[in-house]
Amino acid sequence: MSELNRGLIEARDIGVVFGSGSAKVQAVRNVDLTVQPGEFVSLIGPSGCGKSSLLNIAAGFVRPTSGALTVDGVPVTGPGSDRGVVFQQYSLFPWLSVRKNVEFGLRMAGVAKSQRESSARTLLGLAGLLAFENHYPDQLSGGMKQRIGIVRALATSPQVLLMDEPFGALDTQTRTVMQEILTNMWQRFRISVLFITHDIDESVFLSDRIYVMTSRPGRIKAEITVPLPRPRTAAMTQTPAFVDLVNRLKTLIREESLSAMGSELQSGGVSGFGIDVGPEGVGKLI
Amino acid sequence: MQPAPIYLIDKAPPTPPEKAPRSQPEAAPAAPQPTVRPPSALLQSIADLAQRKALTMLLGVISVGSLFLFWYVGTRYQLEFYIRFKNIPTPWAVYEEAVKVLASGDFYVNVAYSLRRILSGFLIAILIGAPLGLLIGQYRRVREMFMPAVEILRPIPAIAWVPMAIMLWPTSEASIVFITFIGAFFPILLNTVHGVHSMDGVLLRAGKCLGASEPRLFWHVILPASLPQIFTGLTVGMGVAWVSLIAAEMISGQYGVGYYTWEAYSLVNYPAIVLGMITIGVLGLICSGAIRLAGVIVMPWLAFAPGGRK
Repeated sequence: MSELNRGLIEARDIGVVFGSGSAKVQAVRNVDLTVQPGEFVSLIGPSGCGKSSLLNIAAGFVRPTSGALTVDGVPVTGPGSDRGVVFQQYSLFPWLSVRKNVEFGLRMAGVAKSQRESSARTLLGLAGLLAFENHYPDQLSGGMKQRIGIVRALATSPQVLLMDEPFGALDTQTRTVMQEILTNMWQRFRISVLFITHDIDESVFLSDRIYVMTSRPGRIKAEITVPLPRPRTAAMTQTPAFVDLVNRLKTLIREESLSAMGSELQSGGVSGFGIDVGPEGVGKLI
Repeated sequence: MQPAPIYLIDKAPPTPPEKAPRSQPEAAPAAPQPTVRPPSALLQSIADLAQRKALTMLLGVISVGSLFLFWYVGTRYQLEFYIRFKNIPTPWAVYEEAVKVLASGDFYVNVAYSLRRILSGFLIAILIGAPLGLLIGQYRRVREMFMPAVEILRPIPAIAWVPMAIMLWPTSEASIVFITFIGAFFPILLNTVHGVHSMDGVLLRAGKCLGASEPRLFWHVILPASLPQIFTGLTVGMGVAWVSLIAAEMISGQYGVGYYTWEAYSLVNYPAIVLGMITIGVLGLICSGAIRLAGVIVMPWLAFAPGGRK
């Protein structure tokens, strides 16, 4: 397979069950999804729908109860540097300088010191972080830490990048900047990305394609291709095409959140607070 | 004390200079910006720092000075108020004893013996305690294998091991080192285990994703992540090691500062008792200072960690 055609993620009939006996929870059921080489795909859904479980399966932290996930046809059996992972929490090693953090994967792969140093410098330069190569992570802001997290995940030249709500902890302004940086990096590296988020605007801005999941047990409810051209700009988020798509996704997610809350509503969970709201009202609350 | 500074332009007091290196640069501009401060404010903050340092020094002098004053007054007037100062040597007598002893070689031999014992016992405790702690912390089966035995042995104070150690080891030297080891071992072991347990799991997952094999995960992730806790164990372990060493030397030793102190009591050389005690205090202080220094050198990143260095 040529360099450009690598990074095909295929999930077939994935099911995940946590616990056993009466505590058994079906987190994910019958999920099929594909990320084409070089494609940016987001996975969105109500909280608790199992999107993170799917990412953990792709990363190799969790084994699916049924079905299989392959990368370039090879089943995933555990974590490995062929798949870069960016975590929601800051995951830089606090005891290593920024550059040593970026070098970590190359060091584990046995790359010579001078070579990994120059690779790390090049990557940090692309991300505009070269001035901070000798800083420790605790000296940096949250946005910078997360940018370095992305750079570190890219350093081993993985075929795919798996991102679990990487900007969830950042403020809105930083988040917008990070989305543009990520888009740039993604285009430069021509890498497949599986991106988990609960931010609908973010998923539309970044993705080629979006999978919407149902509430638990998580299944694929819809698969939506984002028709917006690239490169995407901040101005695009004001266009009718963007706004319409966001609204469509919001409706889809709201249906799921409502159905997830259905049992709570019936048992009087909401009226117990003395607020009289119909289903419409609950929709607005969400 | 200086009067409160008056600021003509802005009311905010200047940032103390020691906080300035902890810059928190923001995401967008990729260059650190120098902070510009009016020179008068800079001078003021330097003066503030000097004032605070001076106060620290002053309090330190008061702390140690009052100890000496109490000792001096007690022995000078031979105070008796339930505790009796009648037989206690004066600071001057102890000073004279120190001058006499420091001129002879025996005292240094005693110090050298104690240092050699504590370093041997402590080093062995590190070499066994830290790796075992990492394994116990990381693997449930290792934990289940070792922890029941550890929990039984741990409450036994090192001093209680003295008779057993004398029987167990061929020489009294070996038994003293063993007792020192016992004293240092459990704090180091248990703090290391705690260090592994309190590690953020995401670091382990990050290491695995970046291709670290199990042994390399230990060396490159689990060990450095646990280092701050390991150093806490070393500090506590060093303290207990000294307690154990002195007790062992008093009971079964030849040479050593503990032996020197006990021998002085037997020979009714009272100034030497106090000199022995002060020596133990100073050596203990040097040892814990050395560990703290090693911690600063080995873990430079902690200077920036939230909460900071303790």
